[in-house]
Amino acid sequence: MAELHAKNIVEYLEEQRQKETLRFITCGSVDDGKSTLIGRLLYESKCIFDDQLKALETESKRYGTQGEKIDFALLVDGLEAEREQGITIDVAYRFFSTDRRRYIVADTPGHEQYTRNMATGASTAQMAVLLIDSRKGILPQTRRHHRIVTMMGIRHIVLAVNKMDLMGFEQSVFDRIEADYREFAKDANLTTLQAIPLAAVSGDNVLKRSENTPWYKGPTLFDHMDTVTVTEVATRAAFRMPVQWVSRPNLNYRGFCGRIAEGSVKTGDAVRVLPSGKTTTVKSIDFFEDQLPEAEAGASITLTLNDEVDVSRGDLIVTTDHPPEVADQFQVKLLWLSEEPLVPGRSYWLKVHAKEVSATVMEIKHREDINTGSHLAAKVLNLNEIAVVTISTTHPVAFEPYTVNRTLGGFVFIDKLSCATVGAGMIEFALRRSTNIHWQSLEVGKAQRALLKNQTPRCIWLTGLSGSGKSTVANQLEKRLHAEGRHTYMLDGDNVRHGLNRDLGFTDADRVENLRRVAEVAKLMVEAGLIVIVSFISPFRAERRAARDLFAPEEFVEIHVSTPIAECEKRDVKGLYAKARKGELKNFTGIDSPYEVPENPEMVIDTSTKSPEECALEVWRLIEGK
Amino acid sequence: MNHYKQLEAEAIEIIREAVAGSRKPVMMYSIGKDSSVMLHLARKAFYPAPPPFPLLHIDTTWKFQEMYAHRKKMAEESGMELIVHTNQEGKKAGINPFTHGSSYYTDVMKTQGLRQALDHHGFDVVFGGARRDEEKSRAKERIFSFRSAGHRWDPKLQRPELWNLYNTRMRPGETIRVFPLSNWTELDIWQYLHVEKIPIVPLYFAKERPVVIRNGQLIMVDDNRIPIEPGEKPQMRMIRFRTLGCYPLTAAIDSPATTMEEIIAETFNTVSSERQGRLIDSDQPGSMEKKKQEGYF
Repeated sequence: MAELHAKNIVEYLEEQRQKETLRFITCGSVDDGKSTLIGRLLYESKCIFDDQLKALETESKRYGTQGEKIDFALLVDGLEAEREQGITIDVAYRFFSTDRRRYIVADTPGHEQYTRNMATGASTAQMAVLLIDSRKGILPQTRRHHRIVTMMGIRHIVLAVNKMDLMGFEQSVFDRIEADYREFAKDANLTTLQAIPLAAVSGDNVLKRSENTPWYKGPTLFDHMDTVTVTEVATRAAFRMPVQWVSRPNLNYRGFCGRIAEGSVKTGDAVRVLPSGKTTTVKSIDFFEDQLPEAEAGASITLTLNDEVDVSRGDLIVTTDHPPEVADQFQVKLLWLSEEPLVPGRSYWLKVHAKEVSATVMEIKHREDINTGSHLAAKVLNLNEIAVVTISTTHPVAFEPYTVNRTLGGFVFIDKLSCATVGAGMIEFALRRSTNIHWQSLEVGKAQRALLKNQTPRCIWLTGLSGSGKSTVANQLEKRLHAEGRHTYMLDGDNVRHGLNRDLGFTDADRVENLRRVAEVAKLMVEAGLIVIVSFISPFRAERRAARDLFAPEEFVEIHVSTPIAECEKRDVKGLYAKARKGELKNFTGIDSPYEVPENPEMVIDTSTKSPEECALEVWRLIEGK
Repeated sequence: MNHYKQLEAEAIEIIREAVAGSRKPVMMYSIGKDSSVMLHLARKAFYPAPPPFPLLHIDTTWKFQEMYAHRKKMAEESGMELIVHTNQEGKKAGINPFTHGSSYYTDVMKTQGLRQALDHHGFDVVFGGARRDEEKSRAKERIFSFRSAGHRWDPKLQRPELWNLYNTRMRPGETIRVFPLSNWTELDIWQYLHVEKIPIVPLYFAKERPVVIRNGQLIMVDDNRIPIEPGEKPQMRMIRFRTLGCYPLTAAIDSPATTMEEIIAETFNTVSSERQGRLIDSDQPGSMEKKKQEGYF
């Protein structure tokens, strides 16, 4: 690039403004020279400054693997642990530009245990540079990386056949690798696939055409990146904007802020608000001090509408011509990101565009072997595993399939207790049954039924160790309520496990499902106007929390029966502790399966210090407000 | 959509998303050029309403005089609340960059000061102007950078951040640092300042200023607190700053660039990185990563 002078600046700025940005990801296994290639790209595009180069020389001598030569890999491995171990752990973002384009490259780790970091990098990339060590050819890791990038929706791949210098720049080596890959990737529905013979360490075919590969007639890496068309031709481009924020600075202004996910919008356009389905027209498109006649995909704007329709964060404003689907049950592809396995039936936060809802996995249809793509049966999903699952959400969600629009079809699962991001999902389609089963609009509701019974329906949830006295207290409580003419029902392990849940055992996954069913039954009974007393060990916070979420805020009363384990074991009414101690009973709460103490129960009672009658009285006082 | 519109739209999306997921957000205001761009984007994100959060400046008391003047002006013009916090214990103990060394000084006056201010006000989401092109460990950081209770950053335990979906859920005591300018480069910042005509501290423009040379770096004599070593003599030189921090820790460059156009031309042609002028980045190996783990921005 030529020297720039201040007087050419207007011209220069105009040039810069016209440049497109290409986001890509580099992947490949441990020693394929990925970081070296990125270092080389930065160096060749003159994006390494003198002081950085000097620091690099010093570090190359200390950590480098290239002897006296500069080790470009050290430019990109930014964390101390990475430099010490000589591997990439987390994704790093780098920036460089050529005269044609600007680039954001995500350098991602190749190890299987960092798959989630690779998916992070791939989620925003338009193209992938897949590195292959020409000495080794296609490895299981290459297949895994190919699967992740195509799953994440990348349709442009550069097959960078690296370290050609170590194979004497032999054409047959390159041809065989390219043919192997094309055969393997033939079902991947790629839009472009370009194989390039490279030696990143010396720069062959990176920027300049290599004299060592006279047989190669294709573009160099830079030529290809500068010219490949990656903008998907939108076949439909129907307007969709998720509402991120409602702006109400005064009574006269109500603006809906968001970033256009697809299509464009003009003043006066007819629009629909989803999921409510209300229609209106666009009054103005506001951007800072300007009003725009039109705005296109990717723009962050504020819309005002002509009618007073109800719009909240998480709604979609869309064209009335081709509105997207709204559903609450989906088939999705799910990549698990957490050490804590996914358990079907457990409730998570699901975030899709600006919408957050509660969601559960109903069924794991099959797990996919990440190396071979074959289908496997699975009851739980562990870190870095991929599966096709069905999910249901507590509220309807407007969406597009992920293959149609990444912004409207990609979602994350967030753990309700740890708040960690635990899963990444891609919506495939809505399950038909959810759209076909409409809730009956009932004339007689919970309030009417409760009124007739002259009581406030509630779910009293007693949790505690086996033998803590839950059932005894529950019985006492029900007797007292009954005596006062209250309509009650008690759910406990015995009456549920012998019938409704007799197909379930005591593994973590079965316990979760057991409690999910109990909570749902309790909910129906509360709908019926009853006071339901649930007496279950219910050892996990997540499930008690999920149960609570089913009810209105005042409806759910969590009672922790906190009788110490020593006392419970001493009582051992059913002889279960003795069996568990002998190892005859597996997964016994308090012995070889954990009990997670409630953090904020409405009440704590201990039957080792008070009688069951006194305890029941306390609970009764709490719920009757006496 | 061209490059600048894309960066701008992305930053606005990030700012709105962070505020929507926050109980009590705040924006760091360091008076520098990146802060100025970030503040401008925040105003665009919520216009015609003012940004729904205050600005926070951690004042080490060692900023350049012209920075204080600019801070006052910007606070008045934006109409936003400006919170200024100084680590009073550090100030009382007379902690300064000359006698205590840059590393200890930065920890006490900046990192500790910041943690005090965040804890005192209970902010849960904190906007920062850091960019990924500045430094190697920053290149690894998420846009929504999660901090455990005690403001610690664990580079090996970052939340996966897919698509434009930002997880803003947190438990009591945990916080999130949000970097809307993550994908901007130094050149992008200058060009945006130019196109949007955003006012910045005059120190970025070249002018004759008094300097001393230490370890080959040009240090400006901004007030009489700087101890002049024997044999040292302040001299007037045509200098400007590419980055602004505490004046004893921020080196100037020789430059004739007095206009925005000249600065952009010079940035384009330059051969050394912007943070070279930041003495704290190189005071120990992997130093930025270590400072970040302790809660520095």
